[in-house]
Amino acid sequence: MSSVNDRSAVKTPAAATAAAVTAPRPPNRTADARGGRTTRGAARGSGGWTPWLYLAPALLVLGGLLVYPIYQLGLISFFEYTQAQVSGGEPATFEGFGNYGRLFGDPQFWQVLLATVLFAAACVVSTLAVGCALAVLLTRVRAVPRLALMLAALGAWATPAVTGSTVWLFLFDPDFGPVNRMLGLGDHAWTYGRLSAFFLVLLEVVWCSFPFVMVTVYAGIRAVPGEVLEAAALDGASQWRIWRSVLAPMLRPILVVVTIQSVIWDFKVFTQIYVMTNGGGIAGQNLVLNVYAYQQAFASSQYGLGSAVGIVMLLILLAVTLVYLRLLRRQGEEL
Amino acid sequence: MNPLRALVRRPGRLAAEASALLIAVVVAFPLYWMVLSAFKPAGEIESSEARPWTPAPSLDSFRRVFGQQEFGRYFLNSLVVAGCVVIASGLIAFLAATAVTRFRFRLRTTLLLMFLIAQMVPVEALTIPLFFLMRDAGQLNTLGSLILPHIAFSLPFAIWMLRGFVKAVPQALEEAAYIDGASRARFLWQILFPLVLPGLVATSVFSFISAWNDFLFAKSFIISDTSQSTLPMALLVFYKPDDPDWGGVMAASTVMTIPVLVFFVLVQRRLVSGLGGAVKD
Repeated sequence: MSSVNDRSAVKTPAAATAAAVTAPRPPNRTADARGGRTTRGAARGSGGWTPWLYLAPALLVLGGLLVYPIYQLGLISFFEYTQAQVSGGEPATFEGFGNYGRLFGDPQFWQVLLATVLFAAACVVSTLAVGCALAVLLTRVRAVPRLALMLAALGAWATPAVTGSTVWLFLFDPDFGPVNRMLGLGDHAWTYGRLSAFFLVLLEVVWCSFPFVMVTVYAGIRAVPGEVLEAAALDGASQWRIWRSVLAPMLRPILVVVTIQSVIWDFKVFTQIYVMTNGGGIAGQNLVLNVYAYQQAFASSQYGLGSAVGIVMLLILLAVTLVYLRLLRRQGEEL
Repeated sequence: MNPLRALVRRPGRLAAEASALLIAVVVAFPLYWMVLSAFKPAGEIESSEARPWTPAPSLDSFRRVFGQQEFGRYFLNSLVVAGCVVIASGLIAFLAATAVTRFRFRLRTTLLLMFLIAQMVPVEALTIPLFFLMRDAGQLNTLGSLILPHIAFSLPFAIWMLRGFVKAVPQALEEAAYIDGASRARFLWQILFPLVLPGLVATSVFSFISAWNDFLFAKSFIISDTSQSTLPMALLVFYKPDDPDWGGVMAASTVMTIPVLVFFVLVQRRLVSGLGGAVKD
């Protein structure tokens, strides 16, 4: 899910990662490798400096292009940093928490924060519901319909965020889009109203993110022993009951992974909002935090303020990540 | 299963299969409509009825797209950026994944956690400091300003994903190689690398997508030299909110989507087993 780079645009990278967390683990051989090691450098030894040598390029790149920018982001957020400072006309003045004070005193910020949380929540719930329902459906059909659905989902998954956004806009275009024609809505403009614009973006987001959930959950269901499901069916359990009382508890680890990944991804949605609502909608009615930070910095040249928004986002996502790590720990995951 | 039960279950399964097919059609519809509109002649897109086929497919929209604004060059730029990111991040991630799976050392777990946390960083928020970083390094308006950050952002995920593939190579193979006198470097590049390569390709689809789709960095870092622009920016040239050239937008979208689709379909099986194999524990 990470910067599917726009990681945001990257639909699932991080997400997938998460699944990898639960990857099958070969029996841990550390102990015997250590004990029985006779030849030089037998596997999984401490290896001296070798692992650090292998890690060096990665650490260098991450340090320079991820850690250092985060540090800079924090730094800029404490300064008055506008066009004048960028061009070097005026020195940057330290403002302490000045940018944060202005931000928290601005009703628009709270409105955007609320919109971001609600929008992300709606996206996560819809994506999970659609993904899980279709995963269950996949287990109940034969090869041909299954392949058709898988291929369609794969297509949606692979579609770049920018093209997905323009295509969905076109589908719902008031003048030439097929949807209004089919539903007989005349020239109803979906992007004018605040809610209907958010709804349109939500449809696109769900369309391109449910495939990850579907594929992962489907793989999980396939791993559940068939007898368990058969026994439940023989006992007369309904589909819904089987899902709620048998599958969901067994799939809990996977569900945790896809949920948290969806939260993280949907909280960071940028491209869809930016393209579909043309930079945040009429009078900024469809702004979410990410787009808001960008607009503050690059449209209004309030780099300090934009950085403060970025730091707020970073802290919120960090909190989500910590919850996630705790949940993984509780499942006894070994890293 | 006895025939009676099969008979009883059949209507249920037929309904499930019908709905699966129907849903597949709905899910595929936006892509179908994109390709269809790209081939429709200009007049038909603007006609009052939305016909789900076209009697006279035309390449006009594609001609317009490729004729305008050095579209071919943008396509090439995008390919260069995505190609560099895929190769560089693949190699770096392979080394790092080997380090964290085949060695035990202090800070190993801490590092892994850091890689996990790094994936959650909202990349968009870093546009501001990266902009200043690129400016100070004199990289604004170059493809390098797009390649470097994407390598960094796709690394943590690639490392996590590759771990599973590196781990799957049996320890015995490594021991045998050393007993036969292979050096560490020889084992790494001539034995481990070819074995992990399929996984590396599957993982790289995500680096590819992230670099290929990037729209924010291209918009922010390529500010004056349009010859260094990439596809997403070119696409938005056709999309003017007031008067979009839908035929052009759809044709450009089609051109931009196809390489990703091809890549995805090629690595699809690996991908599903990489993600999903995951879960079979």
